[in-house]
Amino acid sequence: MTTESEKNAKAYWSATLGLLTKILIIWFLVSYGAGILFVDMLNGIKLGGYPLGFWFAQQGSIYVFIVLIFYYAHAMGKLDRKFGVQED
Amino acid sequence: MDLQTTTYLFVGASFALYLGIAYWARAGSVSEFYVAGGGVHPITNGMATAADWMSAASFISMAGLISNMGYGGAVFLMGWTGGYVLLAMLLAPYLRKFGKFTVPQFIGDRFYSKTASTVAVVCLLTASTTYIIGQMTGVGVAFSRFLNVSSDTGIYIGQAIVFFYAVFGGMKGITYTQVAQYIVLIFAYIIPAIFISLNLTGSFLPQLGLGSDLVGTDTSLLVKLDQVVTDLGFSQYTTTSAGSMLNMFFYTVSLMIGTAGLPHVIVRFFTVPKVADARASAGWALVFIALLYTTAPAVGAMAKLNLHSTVNTAVMKGGDLYATESSIKNDDRPDWMKRWEKTGLLKWEDKNADGRIQYYNEATKNEAAKAKAGAAGWKGNELTVNADIIVLANPEIALLPNWVIALVAAGGIAAALSTAAGLLMAISSAVSHDLVKNVFNPNISEKGELLAGKIAMAVAIVLAGWLGLNPPGFAAGTVALAFGIAASSIFPAIMMGIFSRTMSDKGAIAGMIAGLLTTLFYVFAHKGLFFIKGTDFVDMVGGVNGWFGITPEAIGTLGAIVNFAVAFLVNKLTAPAPKHIQELVESIRVPKGAGAATGH
Repeated sequence: MTTESEKNAKAYWSATLGLLTKILIIWFLVSYGAGILFVDMLNGIKLGGYPLGFWFAQQGSIYVFIVLIFYYAHAMGKLDRKFGVQED
Repeated sequence: MDLQTTTYLFVGASFALYLGIAYWARAGSVSEFYVAGGGVHPITNGMATAADWMSAASFISMAGLISNMGYGGAVFLMGWTGGYVLLAMLLAPYLRKFGKFTVPQFIGDRFYSKTASTVAVVCLLTASTTYIIGQMTGVGVAFSRFLNVSSDTGIYIGQAIVFFYAVFGGMKGITYTQVAQYIVLIFAYIIPAIFISLNLTGSFLPQLGLGSDLVGTDTSLLVKLDQVVTDLGFSQYTTTSAGSMLNMFFYTVSLMIGTAGLPHVIVRFFTVPKVADARASAGWALVFIALLYTTAPAVGAMAKLNLHSTVNTAVMKGGDLYATESSIKNDDRPDWMKRWEKTGLLKWEDKNADGRIQYYNEATKNEAAKAKAGAAGWKGNELTVNADIIVLANPEIALLPNWVIALVAAGGIAAALSTAAGLLMAISSAVSHDLVKNVFNPNISEKGELLAGKIAMAVAIVLAGWLGLNPPGFAAGTVALAFGIAASSIFPAIMMGIFSRTMSDKGAIAGMIAGLLTTLFYVFAHKGLFFIKGTDFVDMVGGVNGWFGITPEAIGTLGAIVNFAVAFLVNKLTAPAPKHIQELVESIRVPKGAGAATGH
């Protein structure tokens, strides 16, 4: 392995970890945050007939999870091409 | 056509379909038997993963538990979906790049140790067998209702069918069969939910119906439900949590990381052609799973309201819930109750001999409710409904047409069969490939390997069926225990294998053993040694939920923490992974150069 490609692999990996961290923060906030930690507070707000905290716990978090995975797949594809490590 | 005939027709037709597909796509070589030649499209794979994933626990049991638990049921909803985010980002693409068939193979190669791979096999077998016990409980419920027999007989019949089913095909048969099963089960789940949502709220989508007003009123469904259950002495639906906040946290974490550690799910991501597809596959799987998971809370809440309004006429009409004529007369109870009485899963007893059925919380701490019940001459709750029957009984409770009820029976059986089959494949490959071939007898023939796998399946089915007769809990609860086991043993090992370049064989092995033992010790303390009734030793952990009020279903999180801690400690004290392993780890981190999955 040449130093150039080693450097590239390192940069790719740290970009990957940066993306993971960003997504995991949102992942945590919508489930453990809105659905558990702050549920009582959010229940004071109503979303139609749903108390908001209850909605996040039983509905909203799931929708966000889906968006997160597709965003991740898309963003990783971009990273792959940027660093030239995509599959042929 | 009467209900019984319609049910036979639906279940029979769905079976014919699965067997037809399994026959058409039956596996030839060992490689096809396990991973379908590595050539499955992400959407197809997502659908099959969803069927594999959504078991009797999701289909039959979960909404019933949500119905019982209220808000706290969210641990299942978030736990069993949020894990896919972890799976997609932390594991799937890297394991796909690694390019092997099974999880023990990855652990064995990454930690350059047959011992590590053998420990992984033990963890995997423990988790999968526990999981199948939960499936058997669910299968028992489905077959008992469908064939009008006791739930024990239902389990025997289910065992026989699962056995023939799983041994017949391999993964390839299973991939396409599971697509068919997904379609059957999702229709079976959503159609009755739509009917019920329309009836109660006029809203077509159950997801919106749950947040809407009841038809002809300006009271929202959840407000009404909260009011009815609190009046009857139960705790408030929308705010009751599953134990302490810490327990909710641990429970959810355990299910999430367990998702990412369960071999039958992970193996799905070996079957897509490319690393990029492995990422997208998890997303598609979650889309298909979310269809059911976002419907389930509506099913749970609406079934609860319908059940209360069936036995207490004042629920919908308004008026005094405790008035004598509000409770239905024994003889007026609907046919569906009579049908479920035969399975032994629904029971009633006229404790105050007034010829009526009173359904309330007799152990309530709500003084007002207690006083009203006393004044009305109620002598205790008279109706017990097993949580596992709620989904199957749901269309009957709502008085939906026979074909809907029949469809739900077919869906429940599809859910149980598809997951049992996927798990049995994982067990079979772990035993035949990772244990017999790699450790005991490297020269075994392909035929011998397949045979060893089939024997392993048979043993697992018999064992799980036997333990399923006295299950450690409701189907979804038992499955949650299996997730805890996977969470505490396999997930941390895979994570450290990918995200730490230097983690050594000894670190990983010590971690897996420590995590597994911690979890099993606590679970067995509550549920009995190897889930055998009467062998529990709960005093040794300081009484029920003795560790910080954590339930045994949630302890997997603590097990995982122990796993990571022990692994890093041991790793500090021993030699790090050798250079070629560190290079291997670096190579799986980039997608470039991923070939097809191989056995060696």
